[in-house]
Amino acid sequence: MHKYIIKRTLLMIPTLFGAAVLVFVLLRLIPGDTCELRLAGSGAYFDESALKICREQAGLNEPMAVQFARWMWGVVRFDFGYSMWTGRPVTEEIALRFQLSLQVAIMATITATILAIPLGAISAVKQNTWVDYVTRGFSIAGLAMPAFWLGILIILGLLISTQRFLGEPWMPPLEYIPLWEDPGRNLIQLIWPALATGYRFSAVATRMTRSALLEVLREDYVRTARAKGLIEKLIMRRHALKNALLPVATVIGLEFAFLIGGLVVTEQVFNLNGVGKLFVEAVGNHDYTLTQALVMLVALVFILTNFVIDILYAWLDPRIRYR
Amino acid sequence: MVELRSEAIAAAKEEEDTPRRFLREAVRDLVFRKPLGAAGLAIILLMIAMALLAPVIAPYNPVANVYEKIHQPPSVENWLGTDQFGRDILSRIIYGARTALLVGFVSSLVGATLGLVLGVASAYFGGRFDLVFQRVMDVFMAFPLIIMALAVVSIFGTGVQNVILAITIPIIPRCARVVRASALAIREIPYVDAARAMGFGHGRIILRHMVPNVMAPYLIMLTSFMAQAILLEASLSYLGLGVQEPVPAWGLMLQGGAEEYAESAPWIAIFPGLAISLSVFAFNLFGDAVRDALDPRLRSD
Repeated sequence: MHKYIIKRTLLMIPTLFGAAVLVFVLLRLIPGDTCELRLAGSGAYFDESALKICREQAGLNEPMAVQFARWMWGVVRFDFGYSMWTGRPVTEEIALRFQLSLQVAIMATITATILAIPLGAISAVKQNTWVDYVTRGFSIAGLAMPAFWLGILIILGLLISTQRFLGEPWMPPLEYIPLWEDPGRNLIQLIWPALATGYRFSAVATRMTRSALLEVLREDYVRTARAKGLIEKLIMRRHALKNALLPVATVIGLEFAFLIGGLVVTEQVFNLNGVGKLFVEAVGNHDYTLTQALVMLVALVFILTNFVIDILYAWLDPRIRYR
Repeated sequence: MVELRSEAIAAAKEEEDTPRRFLREAVRDLVFRKPLGAAGLAIILLMIAMALLAPVIAPYNPVANVYEKIHQPPSVENWLGTDQFGRDILSRIIYGARTALLVGFVSSLVGATLGLVLGVASAYFGGRFDLVFQRVMDVFMAFPLIIMALAVVSIFGTGVQNVILAITIPIIPRCARVVRASALAIREIPYVDAARAMGFGHGRIILRHMVPNVMAPYLIMLTSFMAQAILLEASLSYLGLGVQEPVPAWGLMLQGGAEEYAESAPWIAIFPGLAISLSVFAFNLFGDAVRDALDPRLRSD
C-alpha cells in the first residue's frame, strides 16, 4: 500500500510536467503575443522600438527554452510571476476567483449528492416501475439540458416571478462577496449557479448510483442476506449501498474536479468572475503567465482528485490489488 | 434434378430475404423491447431529415434581417417568433440542425475512431510504448473538455471546421482510455498469438483481429460523444468562440439577444435551448439502448 502511494505520487510529476509543456507550446502557437495585442489595441501608432521594449519587459525576447526554464524554476518555488496584461501578481489575480469557483463547485456537489443517492437508490429498488421511469426521465433531462440554458431559464424565472409577486424584477447580486463577510448575500448570489450545475451533476451521479446498485443487488451475498431472512432495509444499508457507493464516489469526485475549471459557460451566464471566466479573458489577452498558472491549477486539482480517489479505492475495497 | 434446383432457388431466395428480414426484426426488437431507445432514434432521424430538407421546409430565409419584424412573439406567421434582427426563429432552428449534426457526427466519429485505433495499438504493443502513451493521454485528460476546446479555438480561430477540430481533439484520449482497457483483455486471448504466429503484421492484427472485438465499448462511447459534441458546440458558440454569425447555430442563438431581452422576448431564449436539449436527450436515449444491448454486464435477463 505504501509502495503504491509512493508510485502514484511519482506518476503525478510527469503528468504535471507534460501539462506544463503542452500549455506552454499551445499558448505560443496562438498568433500574436500580448505586446502586439496591447499596442495595436490602443489604436495609436506604435513602432518597433515600443514593441521591443514591451517584449523585453515581459521577457518575451528570450529564446523559448530560456522562457520555459525560467517559468519552471518559478513554479517549483511557487512563484508564478506577474500577469502580462494587468501587471499584478498572478496569485493575487487568481485567489479571489478561485475561491468563488471552489465555492460554487462545493455547493453544486452537495446539491448533487443529496439528490442523486436517494433518487438512484429508489430507481434501482423499484426497477422498471413508474418510479424508476420518472427518476430516469428526470436525470436524462438533466444530462440533456445545457447548464447555460438552465441558467438562462432560472434567471428568466426569477425575473418573471419576482415581477409578479414583489412588483419589481429582482436579480441576484452581481458582485462576489466572500462567505465570511456576508453569508446571506453570498449564498443568495451563488445558490442559482450551484443549482444549475448541480442538476446536471446529479443526473450523472443518479445514473451511476442506479446501475451500481443494480449490479450489487444481483450479487450472491445479497441473495444470501435475503435467504437468511434479513429485512430489506438492512440489506440495502449494510450490504448493497455500502458496496455500490464506491463507483458513485468516483463519479462525484471526478465531476467535482471538472467543475473547478469547467464552469466557463455557467460563469458567463450568471456573470460570475470565477476561474473559467478568468481563463477566457486570459487567453483572449494572450496573457501567457496568467493562463499558464490557471491551467496548472486546473490540472493539479484534477490530478490530485484522481489520486485521492485511487487511494480511497485501495483503502475501502480490499479486493483491489496493487502492483 | 428439378427438385434440387427449386431447392436451390428457395435457398437463394431465403438468402436474399435475410438482410431485409434481419433489419425488420431489428426494428421490431428495438420498438418493443427498447421503446425509449426507439423514440431517441426516431427523434434523431427526424433531425437528420430536418437538416437535409432545411431549404424545403424552413418557412423563411434564416439569415435575412427583417427590421419591421423585430421581437415578434410566436404567431401564425412566425410560429416560434422572431429574434432581435427580425429573423424567423423556427427557420434558424431548422437550419441550426445542420450545424449541430455536422459538428456532432464528424467530431465524434473522427475522435472516437482515432481513439479506437490508438487505444488498441497502445494495448497491443504494451510495454514502454503503452506507458509513454498513457502518460500523454493523462496530460490531455488533465483538463476539462471545454478548456481544451477553448485552447484549440484560440489557436486556429473560430468557424465550423475549427469547432469540429476543437471538439475532436479532446475526445480522442477519452475514447482511447476506455478502448485500451477492453483491448488489454483481448490481447491475452490466444487468437492474437495465433495471428502473430502466422506471421501477420502488426497493422493487420490490430485492425482485423483486435478492433472488431472492441466494437462494443467503441459504439457505446461513440453515441455518448455525439450528445457531448452537440452540447460542446452549443457551449462554444454561446461563448462566442464557436460558429460565427450569421450561420444559424443553436448555441449562438442563445448568445446575442437571449439574455438581454429575456424578460420582454423570452421565446428567443426558450426555443433554441429546447432544440439543444431535445437532440441531446435523443442521443442519450439511443445511447442508453445501445449500451444495454452491447454491454453484457448490464443486460437484463
